Amino acid sequence: MTFEEIKSKLKNHTIGIAGAGGLGSNCAVALARVGIGKLIISDFDIVSESNLNRQYFFRDQIGQKKVIALKENIKRINPEVEIITNDIKLNEKNIVEIYKDCDVIVEAFDLAEMKKMLVETCLSELPEKPVIIGSGMAGWGNSNDIKFRQNENLYICGDEKSEIAENNPPLAPRVGIVANMQANTVLEILLSK
Amino acid sequence: MKITLNNRPESFDKEKISISQLLEFKNYTFRMLVIKVNSKLVKKDAYDIFEIKEGDDVTVLHLVSGG
Repeated sequence: MTFEEIKSKLKNHTIGIAGAGGLGSNCAVALARVGIGKLIISDFDIVSESNLNRQYFFRDQIGQKKVIALKENIKRINPEVEIITNDIKLNEKNIVEIYKDCDVIVEAFDLAEMKKMLVETCLSELPEKPVIIGSGMAGWGNSNDIKFRQNENLYICGDEKSEIAENNPPLAPRVGIVANMQANTVLEILLSK
Repeated sequence: MKITLNNRPESFDKEKISISQLLEFKNYTFRMLVIKVNSKLVKKDAYDIFEIKEGDDVTVLHLVSGG
């Protein structure tokens, strides 16, 4: 497929991004660059200095709502993408409401509790929906441990073991690998249709 | 009995086990797990009572913080 053909396919699709931190911001930017039609991005947080080691924001955006800052950054890259933002904390109820019409949902939270909540909600309420999870990406090095696997409608990206800790922070390279792996999985799903 | 656990064959000297027993046998001590049996989600409050039987296909997914 040529890039023109890829773009014409992707423009008809909507991707839900649950979280606009390290995974969500980088995954959304990758999808915008290749010409996805519509992104639905939800996050309640604001940009802080500690986010800049991995998240797709700029220093002069510190203090802004993440969803607003991310929309602005994506529009500078590709103004064609339609972006719906929700300045909201996602839960079992609003996830279904917000993401039920998406082609694919990208899980992009930081906390394992939230990841579990999203996965369980989708498995029980939206079982036909492809969900791409990022799990295990703290620290640095060990690129070959980061992998991809599919379990029915769940797609898992990450090393599934590296937990964040004071001396094992999430950093741009490994978080970026997983975020882009999630975006790559979106393409794999959409372009095989 | 024989089951499939995360795509691998697994045998136990019992006719049925609960999910809690399975996690104990396998030493899965991770906190945030998502468990599916035969494609159906099993929630944590059912781990003690849900019985895994011969031929079941069990998926244990471990979720790790970071993102």
